[in-house]
Amino acid sequence: MATDTSTSTESTGFDLPPIVGKVLSNRRIGLGLAILLPIALVAILGETVAPYDPTATHVADRYAGPGGQFLLGTDHLGRDLLSRVILGGRTSLLLGFGATALALLVGVPIGLTAGYAKGRVDELLMRIMDIIMSVPTLLLGLLILVVLPSNILNVVMAIGVVYAPRIARVTRSATLSVSEEEYVMAAKARGESSPYILFREILPNVTGPIVVEGSVRVGYAIMIGTSLSFLGLGAGPPNPDWGFMISTARDHIYQTPWFLIWPSVALLLTVMATNLIGDGLRDVLDPREVGDHS
Amino acid sequence: MTDDALVEVEDLEKYYFENDTLFDRLLGREPSAVRAVDGVSFDVQRGETLGLVGESGCGKSTTSETLLALREATGGSVRFDGDDVFEMTSRERTQFRQDAQIVFQDPFSSLDPRMTVGEIVTEGLRIHGLADSAERTARAKELLERVGLSARQVDRYPHEFSGGQRQRIGIARALALDPEFIVLDEPVSALDVSVQAQVLNLLEDLQDDFGLTYLFVAHDLSVVRHISDRVAVMYLGKVVETGPVDEIFEDPQHPYTQALLDSVPRASVEEYGRRGGTLEGDVPSPRNPPSGCRFHTRCPHAREACKRELPPDYDVGANHDAACFRTDDTHEYWQSAPLEHVDDGGGSSGGGVADDD
Repeated sequence: MATDTSTSTESTGFDLPPIVGKVLSNRRIGLGLAILLPIALVAILGETVAPYDPTATHVADRYAGPGGQFLLGTDHLGRDLLSRVILGGRTSLLLGFGATALALLVGVPIGLTAGYAKGRVDELLMRIMDIIMSVPTLLLGLLILVVLPSNILNVVMAIGVVYAPRIARVTRSATLSVSEEEYVMAAKARGESSPYILFREILPNVTGPIVVEGSVRVGYAIMIGTSLSFLGLGAGPPNPDWGFMISTARDHIYQTPWFLIWPSVALLLTVMATNLIGDGLRDVLDPREVGDHS
Repeated sequence: MTDDALVEVEDLEKYYFENDTLFDRLLGREPSAVRAVDGVSFDVQRGETLGLVGESGCGKSTTSETLLALREATGGSVRFDGDDVFEMTSRERTQFRQDAQIVFQDPFSSLDPRMTVGEIVTEGLRIHGLADSAERTARAKELLERVGLSARQVDRYPHEFSGGQRQRIGIARALALDPEFIVLDEPVSALDVSVQAQVLNLLEDLQDDFGLTYLFVAHDLSVVRHISDRVAVMYLGKVVETGPVDEIFEDPQHPYTQALLDSVPRASVEEYGRRGGTLEGDVPSPRNPPSGCRFHTRCPHAREACKRELPPDYDVGANHDAACFRTDDTHEYWQSAPLEHVDDGGGSSGGGVADDD
């Protein structure tokens, strides 16, 4: 899934060989991918690589330490921690990428419309975005999930809604400058309709900042998803996810710290990897140089 | 004027409003208008080139973009081939978008960096459903050859071309839909002088071959003189003088036109020691344009009457109009007192502004 997202965003706007080369040769992006791809691969394979059923309880082996039969140990119910971290990764990555995809799907058209239409439309859309953004992200996510039943789909939706305004802002500001370019005027002069201009002329020229913003958002979305499930509003037991694992590990932190360590390390590595990729993309696709590759 | 006008612009106005957001409204702030184009009238005859000249910021580009309905006009009307451009049905508008095209000044901003040259040139055919993919490629190659580029470059991206080549691509794009009328918005002012001549010659050849009508917007008078049949001079959102190119250059009637011509450096021995740029002061702000004649704050002949009254267009010869009281021997201008900034001798010390009427 991780690979899907990164390659598809690259291929939409960056067919130009120098850009692809730059992206691939960037050290941060390389390091980020080196961490993220194995995590994503293992998470996708899930049950096939997990040594045990993550929900199966091995009553005789409760509180087993790392090493031995259970590589990372077992929890208070005797469930294999390695399997739970692997399957929990699937939930967390799904949250991160799913929510970001949703935020892009909602935010990009809003930002494009606001930046291109300007005036009243811009004013109206961006003030609505401001209102959403003025509520702290975690609180807003909580509010949504208090109203809606908390399953993975609704969590994705909640985080998507929380981040859509940020994507919209970035898209709008890039659109504002690109829409002043003369080639947009030329497109208008040959009779292109506004939606066509937005998606054919402007969108390909604002992908740089959007890709950067989106890739940074993935890490944040995973964090928020984890926080929500830590607070008990995640995908919900018995399906494992990192936030919920950390939450239950709290009760056993003194006797068996590894309950806490494994999901935390996995979370740390994943968020770090997505941030590295985001930073790398920012370096390569400097938003200040959107649309200029000469 | 003859009756074969392709484009008729009448009292065209384009104001930009400041302090006009929802927030400003709530605070009760009055929106203030920037009068970029303030009642411009001229027409372009079929097959001719009309040069539209003036200083930077006088509204020439805004005029050209507004008359193509690329910007929404505040007032006035534009008729293209008899039809009002601002009142067109969507079918008429679609046809208009094929018949009227524009070439821009900046060859870097005017081409979409994410499209190949072939796509840029033939995107219009695609929008209007006039050609399938294979036909478009063939047409793109043909157009590139026609503007002096190679058909092999059809799959290249704009950044692989020089400024002059990019401008040729912009011209090819304008030609793709077989237009009748092309607005050339300072098409050569961003180019080197040697390249300018090539592009100007190309434009003239194309005009002959395709029977095109041009509106040529520029601030460079020598370029305008070279390519235009008639010239309209703009100052601060208004046209102050229109006429055949030779009359405008040999016998300018409006003091602004005279000053503009005097400011052109010339390569001749007698010119040694001449002070360039006889116009003093800056162009006033279009937010708060001067009363009466817009030019009275800088005009070497300005008198009280110029401050009070906006001069109408006086007929000063065949197809030649100038908006200046000095062309009207009976106007009260001649009795009113000179303005303070004007030197005693009127035009005599004002550099090259000749006073020979």
